[in-house]
Amino acid sequence: MARLYEYQGKELLKTRKIPIPRGGVASTPQEAKEIAEKLDCPVVIKAQAWVTGRAALGGIKFAASPQEAQQCAADILGRKFKGVTVEKVLVEEKLDIEREFFASIIIDDQKRGPVAIFSSKGGTGIEEIARQYPSQIAFRQINVFSGLRDYQARNLVRQTGLTGGLQLKVGTVLTRLYQLARQYEARSAELNPLVVTRSGDVIAADCRIAIDDYAVFRHPELGIEIARELDRPATPLEKIAYKVEEGDFRGTFYFIQLTEDFNKDEGYIGFHGAGGGGSMMSMDALLKRGYKLANFCDTSGNPPASKVYRAAKIILSQSNIDGYFASGSGVASQEQFHSARGLVKAFLEENLSIPAVIRLGGNSEEKAIEIIQTYTKDLHAPVEGYGRDDTPDFCVSRLEKLLSKHKVKPSPPAAQSKGSPQGDLYSFDTLTGTLRIDHSQCLACQSKVCVKECIPKILKIEGEKAVLAITTEEAKKGGCIECLACELACRFHGNQAISILLPIPELEDYRRERML
Amino acid sequence: MAILIDEHKKVLVQGITGREGMVRTRLMQEYGTRIVAGCTPGKGGQEIQGVPVFDTAEEALEKEGSIDVSAIFVPAPLVKGAALEAMEAGIKLLVIVPDRVPIYDVLEIDQEATRRGVKFVGPNTLGLCSPGKAIVGMIGGRAEFARQWFSPGEVGVTSRSGGITTSIAYYLNKQGIGQSTIVHVGGDVIVGLPHSEIVKLFQEDEQTKAVVMFGEIGGSQEEQVAELIAEGKFTKPLVAFIGGAAAKEGTRFSHAGAIIEGGRGTYQDKVKRLKEVGAYVVDNFGDIPAVTKKALRSIS
Ligand code: SF4
Ligand code: SF4
Repeated sequence: MARLYEYQGKELLKTRKIPIPRGGVASTPQEAKEIAEKLDCPVVIKAQAWVTGRAALGGIKFAASPQEAQQCAADILGRKFKGVTVEKVLVEEKLDIEREFFASIIIDDQKRGPVAIFSSKGGTGIEEIARQYPSQIAFRQINVFSGLRDYQARNLVRQTGLTGGLQLKVGTVLTRLYQLARQYEARSAELNPLVVTRSGDVIAADCRIAIDDYAVFRHPELGIEIARELDRPATPLEKIAYKVEEGDFRGTFYFIQLTEDFNKDEGYIGFHGAGGGGSMMSMDALLKRGYKLANFCDTSGNPPASKVYRAAKIILSQSNIDGYFASGSGVASQEQFHSARGLVKAFLEENLSIPAVIRLGGNSEEKAIEIIQTYTKDLHAPVEGYGRDDTPDFCVSRLEKLLSKHKVKPSPPAAQSKGSPQGDLYSFDTLTGTLRIDHSQCLACQSKVCVKECIPKILKIEGEKAVLAITTEEAKKGGCIECLACELACRFHGNQAISILLPIPELEDYRRERML
Repeated sequence: MAILIDEHKKVLVQGITGREGMVRTRLMQEYGTRIVAGCTPGKGGQEIQGVPVFDTAEEALEKEGSIDVSAIFVPAPLVKGAALEAMEAGIKLLVIVPDRVPIYDVLEIDQEATRRGVKFVGPNTLGLCSPGKAIVGMIGGRAEFARQWFSPGEVGVTSRSGGITTSIAYYLNKQGIGQSTIVHVGGDVIVGLPHSEIVKLFQEDEQTKAVVMFGEIGGSQEEQVAELIAEGKFTKPLVAFIGGAAAKEGTRFSHAGAIIEGGRGTYQDKVKRLKEVGAYVVDNFGDIPAVTKKALRSIS
């Protein structure tokens, strides 16, 4: 779920006329001071971070004067809460609170629909409220076609003991909260606390909204940079990965880092799964043996080799991993050699220096394993390929063996053959990259293996040289399926004429900064 | 018998002229699925692999008389429209293959399906297969592999992971255990036929003698199956494996009841609940065939 910060959520509440405290968001202590001056009253300064229990962590402070507000903001800004640096604070009027409520809309998998939850006790977590005051919570399923009608909301609120004008005001907030959740396709929208002030106003003092990842594309106005279920801002590498996914609709590519904070020889593994269930089982197998996961990655849904290649490059950009483990469901319906080629291309380019175990079970796995085994033979690091009859546990035990035997010697990335400068370069664009053939190499090539290996049959030989058999436009529109077969075949059985350039925007900069 | 699909069921492919639709139509046909029509807006009149293509589902039904199943292969943002269209045309079972369907779209499909008495598998499903009879979706990949990997028999399979659905059937097969129907219920939080609905269908199916279930942490599907067993509504032996034993906490499970009751859809909760009601819970995936054999012996 793509979470919104409190201040972003409150901006949405405002559009739906749900009352919020007066205030503004600040990125510097000076801005915080200016907001406090304008408010001209005691204020609260709130760290904008997705952590629970901000107050206990010191992320919420009260200030009586603008100077004090400036000081509080200076204290909070730049601090780390559970590893995440606070970049913004919300500066708001301090409310004169009489009562606190809990109001939320959440999509419930068991009820199969949105559910409105209201409690006349608020402030703490809902589990806590449920334990202490079970009779003061009410919930009700909402029909997605007709929405939450005002009388339904009022009846819900009534069940917790609220009456009269307060019942009406709170009921109205709930109705509007649902409309907002529906409009922005929120998986959850929570006001906790929703407060009643001494002057009788009902105001949303806090707000947590999480948008459905799959609907983010319909809401560009929210400016969500990366639609992923994260409890922290995305890491640079995750942003790079997300751009790859956005730019290529073929198959799924999901990459999150579980930690960035580890060293060599601590047992962190770069993980590359395929499919949710298989990935989960494979990760369980690694964890059971005491390994730790640097990241979670899933390339599934029949991605092209180029996408798997990019995923592998990104995983290998985590410089401190001790090993590489790729494992999916074991019996996949997709042709496994695409993934195999993607991995091999990445390993060769990186001149892999850590052991890798690749479990590619499923359609055409024999060919996939052969690609893995034979093309990585010259690498310094050991690479092993397995198939559907080898369990994840067994594959992890193989990785363990390789790790115990293999002494890591960092090896510089292999120079990419980009065609000799004096060569006779032929090139065409593919969907996400460029394929280059050094025609001067083709002349001496006996095998002409590129043509045989090209699955969609888009290459042919003309005057001893490999050229496109379709137009360049057709190739670019997806005629070339970026299977990488021609490049690897030519490298090992032809004359090393082909190089397929598959750029990953910003990855080079990322690695340069970290001197990879 | 098998559940949901067999070789007689007439199937429509929505999005038949697209990249996946076209490829999968051929694979399903080769396996034996009775594909009678396809539709893509604006592309009516052509034929794909001998299958007539219509502009709308309604037109396909008019020409065909009746259609039992629609396999939906349209892009995720168009799924809601396609599903509502198929339901309105009168189709009673949908298999919604695409991934990334927005959740409110799924809720609308679900509500409309309930109103019309329609069932749907997915979204985000690899599909289902009644071995030797039919495949709907993309399970098995090529027909020749599907024939090697699955064979008819008496064990039903229901799984929350597509790849694992195939794996379970494959490993059962290797030990000579055939399957009645194997179903990937879909990978999303809300799916048309969760485990509990699938096991109810297996309960009614004479061919099915036992069920293997692959569950995952999060959600409440496995707990609901345990509930059915406790209530005596599912009485056949159940072999269950739950993925995510070691997976890190931190996923927020969106089941309001669970939040309120403080339950959390954790690995431990699910395993405990299933064991309490007498399911065979296996810790090692590789043990599934042996335990399934044992479960089958217990009833013969
Ligand atoms: S295999 Fe390589 S060297 Fe041989 S023709 Fe093809 S591209 Fe040229
Ligand atoms: S030219 Fe052919 S073999 Fe080479 S990447 Fe493209 S589709 Fe694959």
